[in-house]
Amino acid sequence: MKIVVAMRQIADLVEELEVDASGADIDREFVKFVSNEWDEAALEEALCLKEAHGGEVVVVGVDDVDFDQTLFGALAKGADRAVKLSCGFEGWMPTAVRAELLARWLKDESFDLVLTGVQAADDLDGQLAGVLGARLGLPHAAVVVGLEPDGDGFKVTQELGGGVTLTSHATGPLVLGIQAARQAPRYVPISRIRQAMSAGGIEELEVEAPTARAPKVTRLFAPEAKGRAEMLGDKPSEVAARIVELIRAKGISVS
Amino acid sequence: MAENDVVVIAERVVGSHPDVTFELLGKAKEIASALGGEVHCLVVGSPEGHECLGAADHLHLVEGEHLWPYNPHAWESAISALLSQLKPRLVLASTGTVGIDLCGALAAQSGSMLASYVVDLSVEGASLMAVAQLYGGKLMAECDLGEGPAFVTAIPGSFAGHAARVDGVADATSHSHDGADARMRHVALTEPEKTGVDITSEELLVSVGRGIGSQSNIDLAQELAEVLGAGLSASRPVIDQGWLPKAHQVGKSGKKVKPKIYLALGISGAPEHLEGMRQAELIIACNTDATAPIFEVAHYGTTADLFDLVPEILDLIGG
Repeated sequence: MKIVVAMRQIADLVEELEVDASGADIDREFVKFVSNEWDEAALEEALCLKEAHGGEVVVVGVDDVDFDQTLFGALAKGADRAVKLSCGFEGWMPTAVRAELLARWLKDESFDLVLTGVQAADDLDGQLAGVLGARLGLPHAAVVVGLEPDGDGFKVTQELGGGVTLTSHATGPLVLGIQAARQAPRYVPISRIRQAMSAGGIEELEVEAPTARAPKVTRLFAPEAKGRAEMLGDKPSEVAARIVELIRAKGISVS
Repeated sequence: MAENDVVVIAERVVGSHPDVTFELLGKAKEIASALGGEVHCLVVGSPEGHECLGAADHLHLVEGEHLWPYNPHAWESAISALLSQLKPRLVLASTGTVGIDLCGALAAQSGSMLASYVVDLSVEGASLMAVAQLYGGKLMAECDLGEGPAFVTAIPGSFAGHAARVDGVADATSHSHDGADARMRHVALTEPEKTGVDITSEELLVSVGRGIGSQSNIDLAQELAEVLGAGLSASRPVIDQGWLPKAHQVGKSGKKVKPKIYLALGISGAPEHLEGMRQAELIIACNTDATAPIFEVAHYGTTADLFDLVPEILDLIGG
């Protein structure tokens, strides 16, 4: 079984996000970039499948700030190959462009599954699995929480909301947007990542960035603070007293 | 004129038609009226319950092999076939599983523009303008979808839906679609397990998010919940990490809760989470990030560290 995992970088949402001088993109000089957490779930699922059933895991993505770290991390965790598509693209990359770049690379690869994160925090023009699936003419599914080989194909379980899940049997190759892997993404010690870095092993390919139709962002802005929350300050003892008061005021008895 | 029509994809896959379909129908009527077009609603798979979709000018009931229960591959084929006949200006769906499953692919196939996570949509001149919620709700993107055909997936709860619940259908057409190949076949639809944990029945919920940091820290929140006589719930990252079972999850893929008090600890407030708890009577949020979106829906907030705050509450109530 050969599994391709499409990974990418995304602005770290734990940090403050600044809008750049154009007013239509985040300030990419200022913002810290990290691996998309759902892509990490996709990688984990791929590694678990490989461990259980054998096969090969290939990680691929379009170059971006600190993407090498993500790729070395994937190699350290057990991926067999890491491929970086470099096209010198700057600014926000539409999903349509990313899908086209991946599709061009995939046409020369054989694979049974393409796994990627169900979404990314900036995929304004659509989530990658569906767009890539359509571009490749392959069955695809999103919000996947379960995946197992099953006869001539795979058993794929999706969340439909409200706790309802749908299981389908699909014959590959498939493109799946992973919501959660069967276990939390594994931790890899920094020493193993360093080993992967010193071993090198990222295959870098120069590619040409395609053009694609995507919404034109005219303004990026922080949501207007509706100021609904009344702030209770930040002194724990005072805040705690207010919270207990609020709970009691709602008629809930606490001792 | 068909090129000014608006299509709503009804996203009923189990039970009754979801609220978001009515929200989309309401917005569709507004946009169609501004464009001088009409509203079509596509009901795929089972026609059950379609009588309440009377807000649409035209209803299309599509039945056929593999279409019920919901099958993303077959639905895509059926909807694609119908859209190529209708040639609408705008297709509306939600950012729920059906919208995410289908719209990226349908837009890509037809060379249409797509905007996702949309919370507002309007016609300006000849263009469709959308406002989308990006970066976990931290930033909004105002964007121009141009003058051509477009898909929009909207975050549930963004548009008013009440007025679009209209019984009686003026014009319903039945279609049969057997064109889907069998590369994806239905196996099972599973309703949530009854585990004994029912966070929807609690008056008070202590809810933890990514800020709780580790599985061992869950004990602190558990202790607080026990002392308060509250239920313990969590946002998606906590569940995905396996720190609490799925039955405790609040949000789009978990439960919708309406307790008297929702105490959110270390929850940033991603749109998918807010969808599940914004109806709580009183929301108190604790997050060290003063810009966290949770403070937009919370009634009271604090930037105190939860690891300082929770022991103080426990002290006060004798935990």
